Amino acid sequence: MSFPFQFEPLWTDWLIYLLLVLVLGFFLYVSGKEHLCAPWRQIRRRPLAMSALVLLGCYISIGLMDSVHFRKELPRADTRQELQYDPEVLSLLDVVLERLKNNVERTYSAPFAAYAFNKEMVEGPDGTKTRVYPRLKYGGAHLTNPDTERGPDLLLLVGERAIFGLVIVVLFSALVILILSQKHQTPPGEMARKVFRGETETAWRAILFTLGLLFILVGIAASLSVKYHLFGTDKVGQDVLYLALKGIRTGLVIGTLTTLVMLPFAIFLGISAGFFRGKVDDAIQYLYTTLSSIPGVLLIAASVLILQVYMDKNADAFASVTERADIRLLFLCLILGMTSWIGLCRMLRGETLKLREMEYVQAAKTLGVGNQRIITHYILPNVMHLVLIAVVLDFSGLVLAEAVLSYVGVGVDPAMISWGNMINSARLELAREPVVWWSLSAAFVFMFVLVLAANVFSDAVRDAFDPRLRGR
Amino acid sequence: MITYIIRRVLYAIPILIGVNLLTFILFFVVNTPDDMARLHLGMKRVTPEAIEKWKADHGYNIPVAWNASAKGVDKITETIFFKKSISLFAFDFGFADDGRNIGADIRERMWPSLAIALPSLIVGLFVNITVAMLIAFFRATYIDTWGIIVAVGMMSVSSLFYIIGGQFVLSKLFRLVPISGYDGGLNAIKFLILPVLVGLVGGIGSGTRWYRSIFLEEIGKDYVRTARAKGLSELTVLFRHVLRNALVPILTGVVVVIPLLFMGSLVTESFFSIPGLGSYTIDAINSQDFSIVRVMVFLGSVLYIFGLILTDISYTWVDPRVRL
Repeated sequence: MSFPFQFEPLWTDWLIYLLLVLVLGFFLYVSGKEHLCAPWRQIRRRPLAMSALVLLGCYISIGLMDSVHFRKELPRADTRQELQYDPEVLSLLDVVLERLKNNVERTYSAPFAAYAFNKEMVEGPDGTKTRVYPRLKYGGAHLTNPDTERGPDLLLLVGERAIFGLVIVVLFSALVILILSQKHQTPPGEMARKVFRGETETAWRAILFTLGLLFILVGIAASLSVKYHLFGTDKVGQDVLYLALKGIRTGLVIGTLTTLVMLPFAIFLGISAGFFRGKVDDAIQYLYTTLSSIPGVLLIAASVLILQVYMDKNADAFASVTERADIRLLFLCLILGMTSWIGLCRMLRGETLKLREMEYVQAAKTLGVGNQRIITHYILPNVMHLVLIAVVLDFSGLVLAEAVLSYVGVGVDPAMISWGNMINSARLELAREPVVWWSLSAAFVFMFVLVLAANVFSDAVRDAFDPRLRGR
Repeated sequence: MITYIIRRVLYAIPILIGVNLLTFILFFVVNTPDDMARLHLGMKRVTPEAIEKWKADHGYNIPVAWNASAKGVDKITETIFFKKSISLFAFDFGFADDGRNIGADIRERMWPSLAIALPSLIVGLFVNITVAMLIAFFRATYIDTWGIIVAVGMMSVSSLFYIIGGQFVLSKLFRLVPISGYDGGLNAIKFLILPVLVGLVGGIGSGTRWYRSIFLEEIGKDYVRTARAKGLSELTVLFRHVLRNALVPILTGVVVVIPLLFMGSLVTESFFSIPGLGSYTIDAINSQDFSIVRVMVFLGSVLYIFGLILTDISYTWVDPRVRL
């Protein structure tokens, strides 16, 4: 069987798949064990945390869609010709957003605009040249007279979609309530009342509310973005909404892969230092004290500079711009990981020092259990809550760091679409007259929602897993 | 006390050697001086003579770590490692790629950095502690809940937005303060208002939350209950007892950054074009001047270690139980 496309995963894609498998495996492992489920159940009860989780899920699914890369087959004149693939690497998200991606204007245009941002020379039918704001190629192209028609058209689109969305949401909620009432063997009416009063075990009211709101907003955005540029266009005329959506993957990759690459080091070194003590402890402590004494930004800047030189030197090794940007993103994750493992390592060392003196570990030792087994079966499971808390707490900081680093010039590749690069270019746009504010706002909205959701969710995770906070 | 400080300074030496080795490996082994020369002269079509000339001009035309052609001690001293890395210990920073003396530049540029970082720190600390105190005073009420919600919301906004927003609203729309720039003497104040304000707003979310959790931890302790039982008012309890005891964890976070204030903030300084060390570093990064970045890395870790020692000393000052 042959597909009309060639699967072409990037390096970061593989790591994302690995991460996905790890997370799924973790959940399968946890779901069978009562004592491990308890903290998760506490999180499920918190409405804010569940709303945040729904939002995060939405971001993650967009990010995952953007992580399936492939190249399309080029049309062949006749079948004997050799198969050729398009040099441009596309992702699943590009296919979904094909229209957004291809509706490229000439340059800046404001959100919902039907006219260009700059005046241009236009030749009239009678040959006279005038300087006017020309109509956009795609934005509001279906209107004959934008000045009068645009308002009603927008209202109609929004209203129609909102009502349609509302109906779907109500139907969906009813379905969920029905399923719940089946599961808990309560009459549907009773179940509905419980859900709306927020008395259910899982915070269903928050979940349904967030999902519904998201669904309606996405529906409105989808119908509007076909006919208008919802967030305007940028300097080269690309739809800003498209850029903001593509930025999601970059943010998520930085936030998650950094932790993925640093976790093995932190866990291995932290536990070894605490468990073996003596010379091993001294060496590991020296290592992390040295690394942590260099201010983070400077270490990252120095490493990225070196990376830049190295990549310039070996410019031929990369097949495409996408691949080069991807490798750079991966190295950025590695470098960020280099500075961020220290905190977790220090914590794990302290905890292991405490645990190894506990009676159950001493008992295991007396019974002749080997060091390796003690570490993997007696200590590791008891420090996993620290690891989990560190992972979720780090996430939002890393997403924010990406923007700052890209601004400083040591972040992701300038060719890569990221919120940091969008903000970076916004500096010049704000100095224009009239002000080009939309690409900054789009980056702001998308980043703020992600980071806020991550902060809220990580707080809930910390409260549920930190034994010191439990029961407060 | 004196012996303790001496011991701590001695402990710092191996760490600084480690930092030095790390930067040496990063800057001279991963990328050779040849790569550096090629980078500055343009990547393609560079003649070997041009590279040799660039290296000779910048003092890189000697072996990296071992000079076999020299005699005696010169085998070690006539190397890049000795001249460029070991010399950092003597605070001899050498020259930047454009021929300027790095040491002199740093001495000149650290004052603007300090002028902006010190007020930011003091104002931020004062406001954060006050707000956190207020929230702790109204704990478990709506004020507490909403305070935390606002704090989480504020810390979810990238610092870049605060800077861009602050410049746009205060400078461009209302024209209250200059958008960026710097001036010597008292004229500097009008340029400093905006960066300090932006730093304050940007840090208030995480700061308040952090101090609140410290205060709440202290409030849960037994001595607070005793103080209340003696009939002290809640305000007295908070300010005379809780605040004093909370000083220890607060100091841990604050004292360590004081020496680093000289380094300035990369982002703030470059946004507000303040001629401090932060913008110095950014300029060096953008022009790929490795000698400056190397010096800044070393200087940063020296100051950080100095901050750690200061932190320990400050403990004895706020907590009489601690003896060094």
